[in-house]
Amino acid sequence: MTGSMAIVGDGDSIMIFKAAGVATFPASDEKSAREILRRVAADYKIIFITEELARPLGEFLKRFDESPYPVILPIPSGKGSTGYGDELLKTAMERALGVDILSHSENQAKKQGN
Amino acid sequence: MARLNVNPTRMELKKLKARLATAVRGHKLLKDKSDEMVRRFTVILREDKRLRGEVESELSETLKQFSVARSVTPSYSAETAFAMPTVAVKADCDTQSIMGVDVPKIELSEEVRSEGLPYAFSEITSEADYSVSKISALLPRLLKLAEVEKAVRLLADEIERNKRRVNALEYIMIPQLEETIKYIRDKLDENERAAVVRLMKVKGNAQ
Repeated sequence: MTGSMAIVGDGDSIMIFKAAGVATFPASDEKSAREILRRVAADYKIIFITEELARPLGEFLKRFDESPYPVILPIPSGKGSTGYGDELLKTAMERALGVDILSHSENQAKKQGN
Repeated sequence: MARLNVNPTRMELKKLKARLATAVRGHKLLKDKSDEMVRRFTVILREDKRLRGEVESELSETLKQFSVARSVTPSYSAETAFAMPTVAVKADCDTQSIMGVDVPKIELSEEVRSEGLPYAFSEITSEADYSVSKISALLPRLLKLAEVEKAVRLLADEIERNKRRVNALEYIMIPQLEETIKYIRDKLDENERAAVVRLMKVKGNAQ
């Protein structure tokens, strides 16, 4: 089963992905991004979305978590990472385990370093 | 704890005992499943964390580099340079099962690549060439990250659901069954004692 990739984001950040062969869908705000996602979710297996757009659409993106595909991956845009990806990771971890094991191990590593 | 609404008969007692045995067994199995899922989850979680850190830093760096390259080019010529992609990447999308949860398995499969970059060298500066090749090199890892991150989210959902099942069995179902069984047993014993006393009385009257 083959599928193609798409990226949704603001014009500047996604232009380079076009050169790499990813289908690009420019969206300036969350409303148009939502429209685009609704349209392309069935056609593309993997959809990258810039963090700026993913953050306000958090609730909307959750509905894609039910099935393996499409995969929607928030990525940092040209303005740098906002830490949204780490946040998502943390909520998933807390939901499943009830504790934060990653930062804990980092703290321990720091303690051992000291 | 409320007991089930059943008639205190030997038939019901037998049925409930069977149900209790199944519930206890199911509880144990689900608990084992939960343990194993959590173990797998932590492994994947760590990988996700590491991969995301790598990809994020490289990606922001590349994008910054690209915006520098773009800023020295007029925007219309940059747009025309990138308007026609000559590369088409496809991903091999499959699913694999982790503890009965279907998670995606993605691999970069076909790459239809024409010679060189998708634009003429005169159109844009050489920094852009560099960032384009860097992005192409980053794609496999981006896909891996997509796969791992989706697995984390799907597994987290499943673990949560499983935990709820375990708790429902442990704190509702099993105590309820135990209480009902005890109630029926008491009732049956009581009936037996009543029967004995009645017999003794009847015998006493006859004499």
